[in-house]
Amino acid sequence: MWEYTDKVKDHFLNPRNVGEIEDADGIGEVGSMACGDALKLTFKLDENERIVDAKFQTFGCASAIASSSALTEMIKGLSLEEASKITNDDIARHLGGLPKEKMHCSVMGREALEKAIAHYRGEAGKKVEGEIVCECFGVTDREIERMVKEKHLSGIAEVTDYLKAGGGCGKCHEKIQAILDSVSGERRPAIKKPSRMTNIQKIKLIEETLDREIKPELQKDAGDIELVDVDGDRVFVRLHGACATCAVSHVTLKHYVEAKLREFVLPDLIVEEVQQ
Amino acid sequence: MRIVYADSNATTRVAPEVMEEMLPYYGEFYGNPSSMHFFGGHVGRKIKDAREKVAASIGARPEEIIFTSCGTESNNTAIRAAIVSNPDKKQIVTTRVEHPAVKNLCEDLAKRGYPVTFLPVDRQGRLDLDTLDASLSENTAIVSIMWANNESGVLFPIEQIAQKVKSKGIVFHTDAVQAVGKIPVDVTAVDVDMLSISGHKLHAPKGVAALYVKRGTKYSPLLIGGHQESGRRGGTENAASIIGFGKACELAGAHLDEMATRVCGLRDKLESEIQCRIPDTIVNGGGAIRLPNTTSIGFQYVEGESILLMLDQFGICASSGSACTSGSLEPSHVLRAMGVPFTSAHGSIRFSLDRYSTEEEIDFILEKLPPIISRLRRISPFWKGNPEP
Repeated sequence: MWEYTDKVKDHFLNPRNVGEIEDADGIGEVGSMACGDALKLTFKLDENERIVDAKFQTFGCASAIASSSALTEMIKGLSLEEASKITNDDIARHLGGLPKEKMHCSVMGREALEKAIAHYRGEAGKKVEGEIVCECFGVTDREIERMVKEKHLSGIAEVTDYLKAGGGCGKCHEKIQAILDSVSGERRPAIKKPSRMTNIQKIKLIEETLDREIKPELQKDAGDIELVDVDGDRVFVRLHGACATCAVSHVTLKHYVEAKLREFVLPDLIVEEVQQ
Repeated sequence: MRIVYADSNATTRVAPEVMEEMLPYYGEFYGNPSSMHFFGGHVGRKIKDAREKVAASIGARPEEIIFTSCGTESNNTAIRAAIVSNPDKKQIVTTRVEHPAVKNLCEDLAKRGYPVTFLPVDRQGRLDLDTLDASLSENTAIVSIMWANNESGVLFPIEQIAQKVKSKGIVFHTDAVQAVGKIPVDVTAVDVDMLSISGHKLHAPKGVAALYVKRGTKYSPLLIGGHQESGRRGGTENAASIIGFGKACELAGAHLDEMATRVCGLRDKLESEIQCRIPDTIVNGGGAIRLPNTTSIGFQYVEGESILLMLDQFGICASSGSACTSGSLEPSHVLRAMGVPFTSAHGSIRFSLDRYSTEEEIDFILEKLPPIISRLRRISPFWKGNPEP
């Protein structure tokens, strides 16, 4: 059984904004019956291009329905510009987190929103960018590349969690790995840091990176992080505020904190959480 | 909250009589059945009784029963025993709808160079016996075909299959985990070499199972260790559970008629009423001969996990062939092998009953289910019909 947060359960059992806006300004449809989940998002704008109404119809599991419901709640009242900045992580956070295997449900929400905005702006109907890599779920190389870069994904299983790609017959695993390899190949040369560091230098750089790159982002969501200790390549941290109780804090820790520290300090660092 | 349990193919409650039989062997009688002293020997004798009861429930001799830890171990033991003790033969013949304990093992063996034939089934989940015939060769080491399907409840004609396989001198194993305790299984009438049974599917506890190995069948143990199970399965016996398993088999035998009549009647009522009250539903395997306790129903245009979670609100326990519940992303391999369309494969729910199921529980499910399906259909972008049943 999945560990769903109370917010996911609430949005699933009492979904907000179910339906279809008849004279919608934006329409975004993603997924299919064959894939096992699908979402149709419609929204209505006022004269200032603010979203005054949004409705959804979803075929899918509890987290797909909850993600769709949360999305409609989040975008109401936003300008198109503001709405276009919503990421799948924002949706997941709004729900108090999603199991990692269900992150693709929040991705579906973002995709539908992007499509609906593109539809309004007259960009809809443009053909799929890139080449289909995962035939089971119709996921392209561009989509995988984008997600790998955005979320600092490092393995096929993570790609599957976010995009479903590779979760069917498995024939595309080699191609996904090739994309992962090429992205990590690109990432590495860009990192500039001293080739050798003393312990003091390393700890200092970790602290600087936490202060500059990581804390401001976590604080936006009422969370925080504290450096507890550094032992070799292991970085011990303690999470505070919203992060401490967040169901997906391990995702934040691995995909965000660790990725940032690896980028700015050392590629071998491992971040571990110290319990309160 | 009250629990309405309709997931008996997943597992069953331990019968109170079974529990009572077992408890002393967690308490005062803790001796090792292999010990020389009377204290351990007493446990040994109880295990001997249990072996007799398990054997009797399928028409076997006690020495043909090997106790194992689970159905998966029984299946692994059987298939590996056949390929290890027939080293000149390589091919394995099985079906596309086996339980993962057979399917994934065979897929693993295929990667290790054993050619595996996965026989297809038709839309009703039935096997084509001519295809089976055509797949058998001199190179076939073992045929492993389940007796009853855990998801659809469809029964394979094991007697005919056994005849075909044995007439060519090939080893035949059947995973009868879902059959024993629900329908009569008699190895004196059906010529199988090996047969798997699991305790927790018939009101014994989890963690105990058995493999029937017909006398004279070439065998090789999976777990090599002590002399337990006559050297055919090393490891200290799970004494209390084995003793409970014996009692459970005895009770199951006494309730077989009830399964075929009362429980089957409840299943039929549940199935036909659901079809009456909810439009656009399909009974998966409804055209085949099935277990008396199982129904797998596809609700078109909605997704199974959502249905299960809404049923869960009312304490109703069922299971689904949907992808989302299992953590995999594709719907069940059984439903896909049957060619169930995606419109209903993702929304298929299995209800499986047992002798503790009551008519009142069926009525409760029938009361709660239709509004749930309507509600989810109203949310679904694919549903264009009238959502009200």
